[in-house]
Amino acid sequence: MKMTVAMLAGLLFGLGLSLGGMTQPSVVQGFLDLFGAWNPRLVFVMGGAVLTTAIGYRLVFRRGRPLFEPSFQLPTASRFDARLVGGAALFGIGWGIAGYCPGPALASLTAATPALGVLITTMVAGWWLASKIPAARS
Amino acid sequence: MHPYLLSLLGGVLIGGAAVLLMASLGRITGISGIASGVFIGNRGDRGWRVAFVIGLIAGPLLLSLFGQDRGIGAPPVGLPLMALAGLLVGIGTRLGSGCTSGHGVCGIARLSPRSLLATGVFMAAGIATVFVLRHLLGVV
Repeated sequence: MKMTVAMLAGLLFGLGLSLGGMTQPSVVQGFLDLFGAWNPRLVFVMGGAVLTTAIGYRLVFRRGRPLFEPSFQLPTASRFDARLVGGAALFGIGWGIAGYCPGPALASLTAATPALGVLITTMVAGWWLASKIPAARS
Repeated sequence: MHPYLLSLLGGVLIGGAAVLLMASLGRITGISGIASGVFIGNRGDRGWRVAFVIGLIAGPLLLSLFGQDRGIGAPPVGLPLMALAGLLVGIGTRLGSGCTSGHGVCGIARLSPRSLLATGVFMAAGIATVFVLRHLLGVV
């Protein structure tokens, strides 16, 4: 059951990304091109997603626990640190260069090109590399 | 349908996926977190992640089923820049504990201050990058 629900969530997510135009790097880079021919589609995607999630989470959290697990696993970190800001900045640069964040990169795989394969390979390598960077002392 | 309306609908589906995953497995729908856990992280926690990623890859195929275009665009830059972009996205999302979905959607929906900050930073960095590459260097 857990596998089925997880796959269903993935399907919905991938479908939403492609419907929303997010599997087109030109649309994403168009959104980031604030000082050029700005394309606002990402605003509509994010707006719809944030609103739906905010309302849905509120209802879900009222239940106290998820259906198939004993508890919700929510992030507990609350500090602003260099890791968060530096990581987000690096991610943003990479996002701007090619117009792919992790979701759309994976959701584009059924129309894979060698270039997309390279991006996903180095992205996975980046995850691995970053997991080797020890957490900063507090 | 108008592209803006399609995008809004796409966003609602993405939100629906996030709500479903929280209601069932109690997890945040952060793609970088879910997918990186397929490759690194402990084995026992891998099954649902693999199932989610398979669904994510197959999602656009649902459009083909209904005779629609899957809407998958071509990469805008060549291999070297794609390689660099992937590396930065990988390192950055792992160090920064999230991407557009984990911080930008789920985190903002929870009004997490860390996610609000991260989203502001990666958007600003993305905007600056496109400005430099497109308007100063003419690369993308």
